[in-house]
Amino acid sequence: MHEMGIALQIIDIAAASIPPEMRSARVERVNLKIGKLAAVVADSLRFCFDIVSKDTRLAGAELAIEEAPVVARCKDCGAQWTITEPVFTCRACQSGALEILSGRELDIVSIEIAQEERHETGGG
Amino acid sequence: MKPAEDKKAAREVKVVTRVLAVNERMAEQNRRRFAEKGIFVINVMSSPGSGKTTTLQKTLERLMPEIRAAVIVGDVSTTHDADRLAVTGAPVVQVNTDAFGGDCHLAAHVIEKAADSIDLDALDLLIIENVGNLVCPAEFDIGEDARVVVLSVTEGEDKPVKYPTMFRLCDAALLNKIDLLPYLDYDKAQAIAYIQQVHPGMPVFEMSARSGEGMEEWIEWLKGKIRSKLKAES
Repeated sequence: MHEMGIALQIIDIAAASIPPEMRSARVERVNLKIGKLAAVVADSLRFCFDIVSKDTRLAGAELAIEEAPVVARCKDCGAQWTITEPVFTCRACQSGALEILSGRELDIVSIEIAQEERHETGGG
Repeated sequence: MKPAEDKKAAREVKVVTRVLAVNERMAEQNRRRFAEKGIFVINVMSSPGSGKTTTLQKTLERLMPEIRAAVIVGDVSTTHDADRLAVTGAPVVQVNTDAFGGDCHLAAHVIEKAADSIDLDALDLLIIENVGNLVCPAEFDIGEDARVVVLSVTEGEDKPVKYPTMFRLCDAALLNKIDLLPYLDYDKAQAIAYIQQVHPGMPVFEMSARSGEGMEEWIEWLKGKIRSKLKAES
């Protein structure tokens, strides 16, 4: 529901990550890792991003979203598995003491910047 | 992740930053600020209509004046909840999130600003009534010490499994409106089983803010939390 705010944060972080020597280069892609528990709808994030990135350094960039599964480890018996249903008890020993190893990510992993060798954009 | 292969390979710049890092930093700042004053902060969340405001009103009546409390209330619009809470005598700060773009949750910077209008030196407990929503508030740390979810028996039993992130994140659940159980087909045991399925061991307080039934256990739990914070700071 707050995908617009997330899109704005992504633009801020990504724009600040562009190396100074590549000031005029175009960002082709933003690689994101989003956990299944992170309450973010990928389509709606892309939709918002396209709108709010228009007049920024990120205009035209693609959001590449890697979905992170919910992986848990039992603190009692050490079992590790991927949770696919809303059941957070150990499937080996029934313990409720779980550590969630992945699934809540909402991370920018990297940005990919076009190498500008020949085609220089005519700037003014 | 597949790198761009078209024409010249793009240069990949590692970022590895949490998208909500700004909010998380601000939340930590809030947490330190409240800890310095020995204030216990709870973030109360629920779906709309679960009885959050009535629950807080009745909670304040039982805590004050022994415990000095203030409330920050988030709503998309109107001051109805703030008006109801002000009756208890607690200082109430209303935050209408539509001034911040109709937000579905309270963010840490909003709490920072709202806290400026509260006398933090004369406070033991800060209650933050979040925007009615079981999804988004779970994603935003606001600098609280404990999170509580209010669930009412007029909602579906399966709310906990539909919104597992919220229920996993909270430290206690209040199962409200139990005075209505005789008139409903609500399967209370199933609801509690679902809560335990997503968050094994989480305390569930069965209560009715309206009738007062079951309020005592919740109040005792909360007082225990406030006391342990006061002790930690002194």
